[in-house]
Amino acid sequence: MSDVSMNSSGFPWLTAVVFLPLVGALLLFFVKETAVRWAALGLTLAELALSFPLWIFFDPSTPRMQFAEQVAWITAPSINYSVGIDGISLPLVLLTTFLMPFCVLVSWTAIQTRVKSFLAALLLMETAMIGVFVALDFVLFYVFWEAMLIPMYLLIGVWGGPNRLYAAMKFFLYTLTGSVLLLVAILALFFHGGQTFDILLLSGVEYPSALQSWIFLAFFAAFAVKVPMFPFHTWLPDAHVEAPTAGSVILASVLLKMGTYGFLRFTLPMLPDATDTFTPAMIGLSLMAILYGAYMALAQTDLKKLIAYSSVSHMGSVTLGIFALNAQGIEGALMQMLNHGITTGALFLCVGILYERTHSRLLADNAGLAGPMPRYAAFLVIFSLSSLGLPGTNSFVGEFLVLAGTFMWSKPAAAAAALGIILAAAYLLWMVQRVAFGVPVAKTAPKLIDLNLREWATLTPLAFLVFWIGFFPNPVLAPMHASVNHLVEHLDQRHTAVARRGTSGTDGRWLTVNKTQRPASADSHLPPPTIGRTP
Amino acid sequence: MTLPVTDLLAILPELIVAATACLVLALDPITPAPRKGWLAWLSLGALALCFGLTASQFDVRTMAFNDLVIIDPYASFWKLLLYAVSGLTILLSMAYLKEERIHLTEYYGFLLLALSGMMVMVSAADLLTIYLGTELMSLSLYVLAGFKRADGRSLEASAKYFVLGAFSSGILLYGISLLFGVAGSTRLSAIASAVSARGLDDPALLLAMILLVVGFGFKIAAVPFHMWTPDVYEGAPTSVTAFMAVAAKAASFGAFLRVFLEGLGGLKANWHVLFLVLCIATLALGNLVAIVQTNIKRMLAYSSIAHAGYALIGVVVAGRVTADSAVRSLGLSSVMLYLAIYALMTLGAFTVVALLRKGGLEGEAIEDFAGLAKRQPLAAFLMLVFMVSLAGIPPTAGFIGKFYLFLAAVKADLAWLAVLALLFAAVSAYYYLRVVMVMYMRDPHSSTGLAPHLIASPALTVVLACALAGVLVLGLYPDPLVSLAAQAVLALK
Repeated sequence: MSDVSMNSSGFPWLTAVVFLPLVGALLLFFVKETAVRWAALGLTLAELALSFPLWIFFDPSTPRMQFAEQVAWITAPSINYSVGIDGISLPLVLLTTFLMPFCVLVSWTAIQTRVKSFLAALLLMETAMIGVFVALDFVLFYVFWEAMLIPMYLLIGVWGGPNRLYAAMKFFLYTLTGSVLLLVAILALFFHGGQTFDILLLSGVEYPSALQSWIFLAFFAAFAVKVPMFPFHTWLPDAHVEAPTAGSVILASVLLKMGTYGFLRFTLPMLPDATDTFTPAMIGLSLMAILYGAYMALAQTDLKKLIAYSSVSHMGSVTLGIFALNAQGIEGALMQMLNHGITTGALFLCVGILYERTHSRLLADNAGLAGPMPRYAAFLVIFSLSSLGLPGTNSFVGEFLVLAGTFMWSKPAAAAAALGIILAAAYLLWMVQRVAFGVPVAKTAPKLIDLNLREWATLTPLAFLVFWIGFFPNPVLAPMHASVNHLVEHLDQRHTAVARRGTSGTDGRWLTVNKTQRPASADSHLPPPTIGRTP
Repeated sequence: MTLPVTDLLAILPELIVAATACLVLALDPITPAPRKGWLAWLSLGALALCFGLTASQFDVRTMAFNDLVIIDPYASFWKLLLYAVSGLTILLSMAYLKEERIHLTEYYGFLLLALSGMMVMVSAADLLTIYLGTELMSLSLYVLAGFKRADGRSLEASAKYFVLGAFSSGILLYGISLLFGVAGSTRLSAIASAVSARGLDDPALLLAMILLVVGFGFKIAAVPFHMWTPDVYEGAPTSVTAFMAVAAKAASFGAFLRVFLEGLGGLKANWHVLFLVLCIATLALGNLVAIVQTNIKRMLAYSSIAHAGYALIGVVVAGRVTADSAVRSLGLSSVMLYLAIYALMTLGAFTVVALLRKGGLEGEAIEDFAGLAKRQPLAAFLMLVFMVSLAGIPPTAGFIGKFYLFLAAVKADLAWLAVLALLFAAVSAYYYLRVVMVMYMRDPHSSTGLAPHLIASPALTVVLACALAGVLVLGLYPDPLVSLAAQAVLALK
């Protein structure tokens, strides 16, 4: 395969990163009950350390798949254990490994029943989530994608809030229904794409337009539920409210990204014609999500619900950036995926910390914390400002890029998206005003004790990241450039090809690239794009 | 007429099983009560011997008894599956019968007789041989279903099963006699040539085909011929239920696939439509009615109906004339793969049900599972795996089974059927996960000694370990079974 750099070092880094948590989850059952939290923390930290080389040795100059490994798995039909990362998946893998230690830390005292099983479920989730991001075989991808449902179902259903049974079942059925259609789409692609499940090979095939539309809809069912996009979002507030804090963090920070990752990895490269056809609808739904999510967030009295609806709104801006179909939009979307992971994850951690003290998530019960809990209030303000996209914080970079990309696609759409940012400022500042600076409530006031060392350790690294990405986004953006440009070129070329075919009847895939939508900055140092991947 | 030794050698496994059955029945009165367990071990030994015999002759293709019987990889595949299932059922029964205080060793004799009937079914090349096997299997199962003599439900199950089973056998026999009238023979090969000679529009032929569909529809519990299933599955002793749900279904599929592909292969275009309708009705009714069940055995009964619906997808593909023969073979082998996987996970689930005790009684209500995860995390985990596999979620074998079925369906331009079936699979996740929910997310209702617990026994451990290993290993490494099924299908025309 031309666009895969096989792993040259000999050590199977990706396999190690994917399966270390799984092995850890099994080992956890042999650890003493008293030491199990430390063991899980150690495992997630080891996993984080293990994932660093992926970043350090990642070659940002090429859109090719790196650290690739391939082993035959099932012979008939040919299904491989095939993994690799590029600039689109690397940030998401790192986000996952980075957040897991905090999920363990925040559950330290909050989870008291069946601790081992809880931590094992967290670790299983980690394996499945990373597997989704690195899989290069469609069936392998699907296996990870679905395998994640069971531990998440248990996380919400066993350790969740009072209405957890309903929320867990709703989460499960929504996402399962979406993804069964994905399976049929995968099988259809298999037969039309040359009897292969290889994601890269399948991305190089030109499918008939009618087929593309059907497959687009099937992909949409799977990914839009996961994101979640506007009319399919109703499971999210329920799941967030009932999930334990660590579950909420995983859900918001990583699971939702699997949907947008699906759009980037599969929908755009494989179905360019259908993407073109459906783009207006997708932009429309994204704008609906931004505005509706923000509007709903304004009306919430429950902190977790407020953040859940803000997630719907923020993920709307991610899908908006993706379907702007230009480099700015897509890079912005990727940035926003990371930022949303960090910021919203941190906000859920904040709510969890508060809930441990007051056992209430209602805004009314948690007012006026700035007095008794000044450090906590400081963190809450930082993450809220980051969430609303204040310049100097991480989200500003992503939102700016998304808006710039959208602006190139359509000015009214950009204007509407900007309205969403104003609404975000409104609900977040209003929340901060009440929680941090409101009048304390008598019944909860005595329980408000400021952060302890463990909670400090949980929130500080995230706050550091907020500012680091805010001021120096380049180390994060750099690995994305090549892959995103490659994706955009791929899309443009297919469009050119379709246009040429319409006029002259020749296959135009090798003809000149439409460069109008590409950023000038990233052009010069790039190697020639590696296309022509038709098997 | 003399019986050549080669003919007897060809059916050696059947002879061994039948002879062991007679031996068990004969030894029963003279075996002292404490040693009756030995008869179970004797049966297991016979099964192991047969397994070895059939496995070593997997590739052999031969006909015996004037072409009444055929030995080929297709038959061998089913036989291996049946031995495995029967062996696990015997192990399960050893613990279950003790707990239920059923001390009748005829049990094992009837089990083996039923098995020999099934073996005759899958290696029959003649409709009368099939009928013989079907009746031997069914009569033994009627008796087994009523083995809990003190329990009214068990007797009701037996009677109901008998009446409806006899009715369906009558329909089957009527179809066979019509075919005999058309073809002048009951050999599948003769029927095949009669079909090609008579053309497709012969009303007698079509009527006979419809009657056969109805007769086999009863045996595999396809809607609308499923009525007997929930009551019989609920009332029969759980070990027998497991055996019926798994082995009887597999044998019936094995027999009828051969009849329809080899005997009535020329009528594909006609029976294809019938099975398509049966398939959709079975999927819909099985999955939707399972949702409202409160008794786990009834729930699993409807689930087994639904799984027959999934397997029928492969049959529909195998009968699709517009698809090429490779696709049809894929459809067929995916049916076989699916039934093998279904056997493992269903047997596992029934084993957990059979051995879940609540206050000395069998815990049959789904509610009885409440809080099982707290008291017996391992048992709950096993049930979790079986439920997840039945729902078809990776990385379990249930996913692999569905994957191949849907692969075949999409390849045969039946993507819409795959979508429909997958949506029903999503529905089924609801009732399977409800069991998980009750086990993991509810507290036990009472604090008295009525809390659910699983009885422990070494035989039980073996059954559960086999089922668990099968479900997980086949989920991650299905290659050997897939190629075995593909090899077996090559034997069919």
